[in-house]
Amino acid sequence: MAMKLYGVPMSTCTTRVMACLHEKGADFELVPVNLGTGEHKQPPFLSKNPFGQIPVLEDGDLTLFESRAITAYVAEKCKETGTDLMRHKNPKEAVMVKVWMEVESQTFNPAISPVVMEYVIGPSMGKKTEQAVVDACMGKLGKVLDVYESRLSMCKYLAGDFYSMADLHHLPFMHYFMTTPCASMVKDRPHVMAWWQDISSRPAFKKMVGAMTFG
Amino acid sequence: MAAIKVHGSPLSTNTLRVLATVYEKELDHEFVLVDMSIGEHKKEHFLSTHNPFGQVPAFEDGDLKLFESRAITRYIACEYADKGTQLIYQDSKKMAITSVWMEVEGQQYEQIAAKLAWELVYKPLLLGMSADKAIVEENEPKLAKVLDIYESRLAQSKYLGGDCFTLADLHHLPTLHYLFGTQVKKLFDSRPHVSAWIADITARPAWLKALALQSQE
Repeated sequence: MAMKLYGVPMSTCTTRVMACLHEKGADFELVPVNLGTGEHKQPPFLSKNPFGQIPVLEDGDLTLFESRAITAYVAEKCKETGTDLMRHKNPKEAVMVKVWMEVESQTFNPAISPVVMEYVIGPSMGKKTEQAVVDACMGKLGKVLDVYESRLSMCKYLAGDFYSMADLHHLPFMHYFMTTPCASMVKDRPHVMAWWQDISSRPAFKKMVGAMTFG
Repeated sequence: MAAIKVHGSPLSTNTLRVLATVYEKELDHEFVLVDMSIGEHKKEHFLSTHNPFGQVPAFEDGDLKLFESRAITRYIACEYADKGTQLIYQDSKKMAITSVWMEVEGQQYEQIAAKLAWELVYKPLLLGMSADKAIVEENEPKLAKVLDIYESRLAQSKYLGGDCFTLADLHHLPTLHYLFGTQVKKLFDSRPHVSAWIADITARPAWLKALALQSQE
């Protein structure tokens, strides 16, 4: 039985999981969730994710939420097929993947997600862009991207000279960020830009990117 | 000289997270104090040797150098799976559930708890400044909502990941410790399962050893 992924095709966190499923060639069904009617904030969805958020993965009797826990599960379940995202056969590579996954989770995401919220997601819900929020993030994000520029001048991808889950986790927010007026922050950093062009040209990403728009 | 070194400060939540893990695993190690008051962690040597983001902790195991506390704890839990306390599950389904609650800590709990800890503990302690009331008033209700979900989870499961103490619980210890000394304590006390869980995990000998470093350094 195929895994079921509850989410929507333009959601950053849903597409984070979908990129992983595609890289692994895993069978899954995308089950739409009606965010407009608040389906995710009510039973029965809340019994799948008490935090009322997408995505949720169902695999048999296992129900998982939090996109980064779901991708870790898929990578482990499908570790012998598709792209080697976690480098599980090489402990030194595997631990560097985990380090840069945490960088994305704890340092990159908090700096970039408010910018995407203000320029892309908020306006799609009729909210005005709060420039003060954007400006506060730009400083932080600039410093993070400087470290990325330096890192990516030493190796092709974040964890080493191999594409991994650490790079994949960046795809959705990077995609939307590059549609904002702040995209120059990436374009002005040649190694970050080259990395972005590389990871966004992967077939697994191209399969989903057409639906990644908020209108 | 121990192969394992933890670089950081015993006041730092992220350093304490790693120290608790090292003590749970009963590993020989050396604690290397980083003098954050003089910005040692922002200086070129630290940035190039240990962590380009200029944060503590940093970790060494032989010639392996790591940063990001939650990557370090995962590394220790896997690499030293046969030592001390089991902090992860070998069974993939049980580990998947534990991973979910590790992400909950990192994505839902930490952002809010760290803001409150900064305002109510670190600002007064380190900077002699008082808390920004607006930030506290904004984040207390957010934490309350998260703790309602924890209360429900802990009514069904002794620990967040399942029947056993794991990294999913351990990762909460440092910010819980700090928030317990503030007005936020009432949010924990008023939720019996959360309260019992905190009493259990904060009494663990490994955690108490990590905290003891605060009086030594």
